[in-house]
Formats: sequence, structure tokens, C-alpha cells
Amino acid sequence: MSDPNRESEAEWKARRGRNIALALGLILFVVLVFVVTIVRLGGNVANRPL
Amino acid sequence: MAMTAAQTDIRAPARWQDFVQLLKPRVMSLVVFTALTGLVCAGQPINPILAGVAILCIAVGAGASGALNMWYDADIDAKMRRTRGRPVPAGRVQGADALALGVVLSLFSVMLMGMALNWLAAGLLAFTILFYAVVYTMWLKRLTAQNIVIGGLAGALPPVIGWAAASGTTPLNAWLLCAIIFFWTPPHFWALSLYTSEDYAKAGVPMMPVVAGAPSTRRQILIYSLLVVPLCLAPAFTGLGGAAYLAVAAAGGLVFLLLAFRLYRSHAGETSGQRTSDGLYDVRAGARDARNLFAFSILYLALIFATLLAEHLAGATPLELLV
Repeated sequence: MSDPNRESEAEWKARRGRNIALALGLILFVVLVFVVTIVRLGGNVANRPL
Repeated sequence: MAMTAAQTDIRAPARWQDFVQLLKPRVMSLVVFTALTGLVCAGQPINPILAGVAILCIAVGAGASGALNMWYDADIDAKMRRTRGRPVPAGRVQGADALALGVVLSLFSVMLMGMALNWLAAGLLAFTILFYAVVYTMWLKRLTAQNIVIGGLAGALPPVIGWAAASGTTPLNAWLLCAIIFFWTPPHFWALSLYTSEDYAKAGVPMMPVVAGAPSTRRQILIYSLLVVPLCLAPAFTGLGGAAYLAVAAAGGLVFLLLAFRLYRSHAGETSGQRTSDGLYDVRAGARDARNLFAFSILYLALIFATLLAEHLAGATPLELLV
């Protein structure tokens, strides 16, 4: 008899798709924050007093 | 909210595409377009990356309010042909997941807008999300036939947010763009609801044709059309639109008024079963005048915003007939 709690192929595929989409969303957010920081700081990074 | 059988019996696994559908991509595309027009019309130099981030934040904020709307309205969505296939009423996504997605994306979009652009644009974005999700969805939609008139403010604000993101200010011309969409919404939406009123009646939503009847709705559509067309000409007088804009707004406005008048003279909305399929444009002969105004209203708004956008990108000189 098959285990009723066992994940089906369709469920596994759907979960994998959701996880990949979430990972890509988080990576995009991190990259965006990094790029926005660089753009906002602009030349001040190079010209700051050391 | 009453839970439907489909909501409590989650069998089909949620795919990532279902979560995208929660964000109402078609509404999002219109929001992106009008927000971009506001951002460009502001005429302020802005880093293209920051401009892209501003548009992304507005799009994600609009999507978040769409997800919150689908979470709260799952019970009435399940009763209407147009909305019963949405992820929550169809049982593909749990209501709690739609709520979580809406809240998380709202917070991320507002915070990123504030940090990347300015807090005026972020505040306006937060207000728009709250207005759509709370004032329109949770309060007005089930309470009054004026639901889409007042709630239309949420759909009208994106050009102001775009303008604020680019310039940090919201001058009268930005609010003029907002007013155009605000007064365009009732004739646009009521034309649709004239031939979908059975769905709204079944779901208990007090849309104008359900509450006031079809003749009153057609009269109000004509009144709002008489208001919105002169308003659409106004940018040519306030230093916002040029000659091409005036030509497009005037020619399209005449067609808009003609269609609104034909709808007023018709009997659209007075008989049941006016749709021939689940599609928004498939109607029987009696509802064609309503369908025609609904379809043209979308084209008209898209045309006038596209012309404004094109003029500003091409550096065309505004007419400034009054300033």
C-alpha cells in the first residue's frame, strides 16, 4: 500500500518551482539593494576622506 | 468572509505561476504604463537604474494590493464567472498564503521605494496599497454603489507616484493625470458592469446597475463622460501636452462621447444573459453599446498616455495655451 503522506510527482515539481522562483526573487532583491546603494553613493565612494 | 468548499479542500499543488496570477499582471501592466508616464512627464533628470527601481516598486506594490484583494474577496470571486478561476477561489492557493504574499510585497516595495528614491513617493505608494486593500476591498466594495468611484483613486495615483519618484514633488499637472484616470474609471467600469451585473447581483456586490438599475447607470456614464473628455484636453492648456496630444485627446474624446451617447440611448443592461462566453468582449446585440464603450475607454486612456509619453521622450514643446 502506498503512503498517503508521501509527496506525489506533481507536488514535488510544484514545490521545486516555487522554491526556485522564491530564490530568484530574493537574489534579485539583494542585487537591487546593492546596485541602488552604489548608484546613490555615486562618486562619493571614491572621493571620501581616508 | 465565508470559506468556499474549494478553499478548504486544497488538492492541486500551488505552482509559482499561481502566485504570479495573484498579482493581477494585466492590471499591473496598466499601472506600470501610467506610472512611467508620470515619471517621464516630471521632466527631472533621474538615473535610469533608479527610474527602473521606481517603476518596479510601483508594479510590485500594485501586485501586492491585488494579492490582498484576492485574499479578502475569495468568497465573492467564487460566485462570479469572471473571477471564479482565480487561484484562491479555485483552491490552488490558500488564502493565508495570498495574504502573506500581499503583506510581504507591500513592505518590500514601500521600503525599497523610500530608500532608493524618496519617502514622498514611498508614502504615496503605501497610501495607494492601503486605500485599495482596506478602503476599497474591505469597506466600500460591499457597502455602496459608489465603490468604484471612490476606490478608483487607487488606480489613479500611479502617475503621481511616478512623478514624485522622479522629482520629489507632486505639482498640479501630476494631479491632473490622477484626475483623468479618476473620472475615466466610472464610465469604463460601469460600461462593463452593465453586461456583467448578474454576476455582481449573485455575489451580493452593490454595483451601480444592480442598485440603481441600467437606465440610471447609463445616464451616470454619460455625465462622467462629459466630465472626463474636457479633463483629458486640459493637459494641452497647462503646459503638459503638445499639439499631438491635443489632436489625439480631442479626436478620441469625440468618439468617447459618441459611444457614451449611443449607450445612453440604448437598452444595454436591461435584459439578462447578455454574455455569450466567459470572455469580457463576447456579448449579445443588446449589450454591444456597453461593450464598445468599455473597449474604447481602454484604448482612449492608453492612447492619451502614450502620446504624452512619446511627446516628452521626443522633447516636443508643450502648447501652454493657458500658462
